[in-house]
Amino acid sequence: MTKPEGMLTWKDLEIGSIVTEPGNASQYQTGDWRSERPIFDNTKCIKCGICYIFCPEGCVEQNAEGYFEANLFYCKGCGICARECWAKAITIVPEEE
Amino acid sequence: MTKRVGIEVSLAVAEAAKLANVDVVAAYPITPQTHIVEHLAELVADGELDAQYIPVESEHSAMSACLGASAAGARTFTATAGQGLELMHEVLYVASSMRLPVVMVVANRALSAPLSVWGDHSDVMAVRDTGWIQLFVENGQEVVDNMLCAFRIGEDPRVLLPVMIHLDGFYLSHMIEPVVFPAQSQVDKFIPPYQHPMPLHPDRPVTMGAFAPPIIYSETKKAQEVNLEAAKEVILQCWAEFGKTFHRYYYPVERYRSEDAKVLLLTMGSFSETAMTAVDKMKEEGRAVGLIRLRLWRPFPFEEIRQAVRSAEVLIVVDRALSFGGPGGPVCSEVRSALYGQDRKPKVIGFVGGLGGRDITPAGFEEIVNRGIEISQKGSDKEFEIYGVRE
Repeated sequence: MTKPEGMLTWKDLEIGSIVTEPGNASQYQTGDWRSERPIFDNTKCIKCGICYIFCPEGCVEQNAEGYFEANLFYCKGCGICARECWAKAITIVPEEE
Repeated sequence: MTKRVGIEVSLAVAEAAKLANVDVVAAYPITPQTHIVEHLAELVADGELDAQYIPVESEHSAMSACLGASAAGARTFTATAGQGLELMHEVLYVASSMRLPVVMVVANRALSAPLSVWGDHSDVMAVRDTGWIQLFVENGQEVVDNMLCAFRIGEDPRVLLPVMIHLDGFYLSHMIEPVVFPAQSQVDKFIPPYQHPMPLHPDRPVTMGAFAPPIIYSETKKAQEVNLEAAKEVILQCWAEFGKTFHRYYYPVERYRSEDAKVLLLTMGSFSETAMTAVDKMKEEGRAVGLIRLRLWRPFPFEEIRQAVRSAEVLIVVDRALSFGGPGGPVCSEVRSALYGQDRKPKVIGFVGGLGGRDITPAGFEEIVNRGIEISQKGSDKEFEIYGVRE
C-alpha cells in the first residue's frame, strides 16, 4: 500500500477495494487491541517453545539466545502463552503498569 | 440472421444468455424461474452453448459460485425468484461491492408466508439496496434486448457492476410471445469480450473482498456509491447504441400518452401494459390521463422522473409491494422523495396492488385512477390504500 489506510481517500482505492499487494496483512497492527501484555522471565524459562506453539497470533519469536519474546506489534494480550507455560515463566500484566 | 419466433419468455431468456455466449451458469431452480435454468441446462448438455453449468445446492451457493466465476474473468449468468433471491441476499452485496458484473434475471415472486409462487415485487424491494443495477422489463422482446444490454453495461470497464433484470413471474416468464432474436454476429459486435482488469490469477495475486476496519470502510462505500451513480451515463449510452443498431429504444423513465395529461399513473413492470390499455380507453373518453413507466430502478432516475411528471396535477403510483408499517409502496415513497424539494410537482397518491399474483385489470386501473382523483380532492387520513382488498 502506497499510503497508510488512514490517509487514503475513496478515489485512491482500487476497483472493488481489491488488495493488489500480497501479504500486506502483516502491516496490520493488531497489537493496539491489547489491554494486557506478557512478561517473559528468562530465569524460569526452559526454552521448551510451548508459548511459541500455542500463540494463536503467531507473534512469539525465539531470539538469538534461545529465549522467547512476543512481538508487541501483533500481540493481542490474550494470555494463552502464560496459561500454557509449564515453567510459569510468563506473567500477564495490565498495559498501564 | 435476425429471426422472429413465437417463444415462451423464459426460454427466450436462456436463448439470450446463449447469444451473449456466457461462460458460466450457476443456478438453482425455483418457480417461476425454473424454465429459464432448465433450458440453459439443456443448451449446455446438448452442446449448443459452450459453458460450465454448475448445479448448486441452494441460491446462496448459486450466487457464491457466480462471484468466483466472475472474479476469475468468466461471463456469468444466473436467475432466481422470490425466496431464492432472499436466500442469496448477503452474497448480493458482495457481488456489487467487489465489482463483479454477474447478470441475473429475477422472475419476480411474492414472499412467504403464506406461501405464494405468484408474482409481485416483494422480492425486488428486499434487495433494493444491494448495490446492483436494476431494471424492469415489460415483455419478451424487452427481456432479450436488455439481457444483451446488461452484459455490455455491467462488464463495461467504467461500470463493472452486477445487473438484475426484473421480469414478472408467470405474467411474463410463462407467456409465449413473438420475439426477434438478433443475429449472433450482431450480438458479438454489440457485446465486447469481458475483461476484468484484475481477475483472480495465480500469476498476479490479488485479494478481493478483504476486511476493512472503520478507518477505511466509509471510503469503500463512497467509492461504490459514486460508481453506481456514474453507471447511469453508461446505461444511457448503451441503450442509445442498442437503438441505433437494433431500432428498439429504451429509457430510464418511459412515457405513454402523457403529454397534457393532468392525471398520471406511474407503474413498474409488466402490468404497465395493462395500464396502457386502461389509459387508451380513458383517453377515448376524453379524459386527460397518461402513464409513466419506471424502467431503471437503480440507479434511480431522479431527474427523468421530475421532468416526466412536472406538468401533472395528480400522480398516482401503483406499487406491487408493501413496506409494512411504513409509507406503503416503496416506489411511491421514492418518487415522493424525489419530488419533495421541487417547486412544481403533482400531488402524489399511493396505491399498493397486484400482491401475490392478484390481477389488476384495465377496469381496475380505471378504478384506481378514479379513487386517486377523489383522494387528491378530498384528502385521506391514510398514507396509501391497498387496491381491491376485501374489507
